[in-house]
Amino acid sequence: MSEASVARKARPKFLDVREIRLPLPGIVSILHRISGAGLFLLLPFLLYLFDLSVSSPETFATYKAIVGHPLVKLILFGLLWAYLHHFCAGIRFLLLDLHKGIELEQARQSARLVLIVSLTLTVILGVWLW
Amino acid sequence: MVKRLVVGAHYGLRDWLAQRATATYMALYTIVFAFAALTLPKMDYAHWSALFSGGLMRFLTFLFFMSLAYHAWVGVRDIWMDYVKPLGLRLALHLVTLFLLVGYAGWAAKILWRL
Ligand code: HEM
Repeated sequence: MSEASVARKARPKFLDVREIRLPLPGIVSILHRISGAGLFLLLPFLLYLFDLSVSSPETFATYKAIVGHPLVKLILFGLLWAYLHHFCAGIRFLLLDLHKGIELEQARQSARLVLIVSLTLTVILGVWLW
Repeated sequence: MVKRLVVGAHYGLRDWLAQRATATYMALYTIVFAFAALTLPKMDYAHWSALFSGGLMRFLTFLFFMSLAYHAWVGVRDIWMDYVKPLGLRLALHLVTLFLLVGYAGWAAKILWRL
């Protein structure tokens, strides 16, 4: 058996979370996953709010009262960012799937753009809606 | 000669495509919705609910929720498959995800058609 004699090279393991330096596209990617999971988890809450907001003038008032609470506002602010990041990063992934912008330098640039645009839009929309 | 034994389900490519198709639709809907919502003359019950009761917008919004359910099903299932290895637990999580998303889709349909 020749395979058995091939010694496995001991590879360095480098899994210390505090030591890992994720490159920008990696950050965008993991945040895309986290934002998708977060949106999924809070979907029932969003549907509940949507239901209240369109059912009747009375439930609309209830909806207004709920989203007026500072803690709820904070959560919705987080969800707004999650949606905007997932949206921007998602469009970037779709373009990458079409082989647009797959050169390393472009990919880095677009990753930075995604982070900046989604944060900026969150602040603008968040302040405007607050 | 290479002998490959192909086993397992082959839903991979179809779901990958569906996830992208639904993502594209949701991105377009998001732009339409954002434009419609931000240009409402007044953010009150009458204007807000009227936004979704028009035939076209109701249909587009319904499609959005259906896309969302399929999209999130593929996405969340991918996440479970990456992190949850015990088969029984993974299967249970897949089922819970599926039931929840089907339920949400039904809920969204109910909201839209009651308007
Ligand atoms: C504008 C709307 C959206 C766009 C353009 C979009 C785009 C995408 C794309 C392209 C992927 C595949 C990424 C990959 O395979 O690497 C993806 C994955 C995913 N999406 Fe979305 N999405 C949208 C909305 C949503 C919403 C509202 C949810 C939440 C319920 C969601 C949940 C997920 C999840 C959980 C994944 C899997 C993430 C992963 O595997 O890391 N998406 N999305």
